[in-house]
Amino acid sequence: MRYSSYVLKRVAISLVTILIIISFNFFLFRILPGDPVRLLFRNPNLTKEQIDALNRKFGLDKPLYEQFLIYVFNSLRGEFGLSFFYRKSVFDILVPRLINSIVLILPATVIAILLGMLFGVLAAWRRGDRVDVSILAVSMGLYSIPTFWLGGMFILLSIYYLHLPIGGMVTHGITHQDIFSYLEDLFSHLILPLVTLTLVLYGQFTIIMRNSLIDVLTEDYIQAALAKGLSVSRLLRKHALPNAMLPMISIIAINLGLVVGGAVLTETVFNWPGVGRLIYDAILRRDYPILQGAFYIIAVSVVLANLIADILYGFLDPRVRY
Amino acid sequence: MRGVRWLKLKYMAFRDFWSIYRSNKLGVVGLIIIVFFIIMAIFAPYIATHDPNKTNPAKYLLPPSEEHWFGTNEVGQDLFSRNIYGARISLLVGFLAAGVAVFIGVFVGLISGYFGGWIDEVLMRITDFFLVMPALVLMIVIAALLGPSLINVILVIGALSWSGTARIVRSMTLTIKEWPFIEAAKASGAGHFKILFKHIFPNVMPVVYANAALTISNAIFSQAALVFLGVGNVSDISWGSILHYAFSSGALGTGKWWYFVPPGIFILLLIYGFILVGYSLEEILNPRLRHR
Repeated sequence: MRYSSYVLKRVAISLVTILIIISFNFFLFRILPGDPVRLLFRNPNLTKEQIDALNRKFGLDKPLYEQFLIYVFNSLRGEFGLSFFYRKSVFDILVPRLINSIVLILPATVIAILLGMLFGVLAAWRRGDRVDVSILAVSMGLYSIPTFWLGGMFILLSIYYLHLPIGGMVTHGITHQDIFSYLEDLFSHLILPLVTLTLVLYGQFTIIMRNSLIDVLTEDYIQAALAKGLSVSRLLRKHALPNAMLPMISIIAINLGLVVGGAVLTETVFNWPGVGRLIYDAILRRDYPILQGAFYIIAVSVVLANLIADILYGFLDPRVRY
Repeated sequence: MRGVRWLKLKYMAFRDFWSIYRSNKLGVVGLIIIVFFIIMAIFAPYIATHDPNKTNPAKYLLPPSEEHWFGTNEVGQDLFSRNIYGARISLLVGFLAAGVAVFIGVFVGLISGYFGGWIDEVLMRITDFFLVMPALVLMIVIAALLGPSLINVILVIGALSWSGTARIVRSMTLTIKEWPFIEAAKASGAGHFKILFKHIFPNVMPVVYANAALTISNAIFSQAALVFLGVGNVSDISWGSILHYAFSSGALGTGKWWYFVPPGIFILLLIYGFILVGYSLEEILNPRLRHR
């Protein structure tokens, strides 16, 4: 298969997945008890004009298949109606929240991957001895820690010793003199959630890296290279790592769902104003339009990230195109 | 006579397996942890020092003392007793939800791998969808819509945790169905159903066991997370609900550490136990990961 047709096939699969997500959302919010779509209209805060606008937008007087088509187009345009609580368009609420989430998730994931690679390589190379067992034990321990509990532990630590901010993204009620004081404030709020999320993800990435490197190290060509007298560092750098890195790309992409789950819990504990905290607040307030929109935007982001990983993988390793 | 011989064979197989398993230190530690919590759950009424539900407004948020080992919560309930009883829900949800997930996963994996063709294509697209989706977020949305009850939480976790098992079972099935004895079974007239469940299924099981341990640990985590977020049943006594109230009542934010620390340590230990067991089973059963 040529690279262009491989990319095309991946794009098509992603589109189908997004369609499945939309249908899933459509039926979930209509079939389950309580019928949240009808609930849209029971919102006492709505004016007559808003109700008419909603009726037109969702076409609720039309047959089900037409409602579905309208829903698909609305979803693709990012149109999820009005939030019960904020009485604003769900889309307008979601966009800034998504950016706040990325500010937390991106550095946490990158740091966790780098640390995971470092210790994963070390563990794989020292397989079975004390270094390996202790790295493995620590990684599995971190992997077992409930994210929200680890976050709470940092809050307790901060109350008694660290005295770092334990909630929000910036200090409330102060106006920042310039961009630097703003960034400084932001960073001090970022530290605890960032450390929490990074530690939880680190365990997972280390185990993945170790196992995928061990798989490579048992290959015959590694033994051959060793027999020829290649130095250990050169062997790892030139032969083992590049081959172990490839499966890492797709495994990281598949595990993005876990990253998102961890972020939701971390944001909740630290009151970080991202999509995750928005979901928590929406649950408390029974704000279904927000819940629906947040799930959709998260799911689509994960699908797109997987698409990028697949395209990258196909470029780096031509074998997977077939 | 046949029954006795079967038992003896099973016993010998178990003894062989145990002698390998015993040499895996991490695996033994994991097993001890799990047994510890099972005993705690069964004998909770005898271990608990107080009635876990009895409130006492005069004794709210007391720090640990000789009377209350883990202190009390904001309505004056004894936290030690609540933490002991909490083991029950976590283990129950862990085993039942993982049971649902393994059942679906094995079924989908077997059918998909054995029949192949368009059935495989369709089932694997669905599996990939669930593999890629952020499971926790999906669980939150569905559980929030279904309403809080223990059985809903079990079903939701079970219904969303099978994709990994399905993938593994499918790839095992693809290999096993090419083995000569399957050919022989087909030649002697065995139907699809018999081949799948009598011949392929038993050979897939060892890998499923390793995977099930990890599925259980995920289910325990998911239940605690859902209850913590308030979408599970917060009125059951569980570690997740203790953490939920510690967080939402503001006790955490004001530094009441005795309220927040113990349930988390219990969850962590129990999950760690299952992960260690799952990892050790994988190491034993997957020859590639065995020692070089």
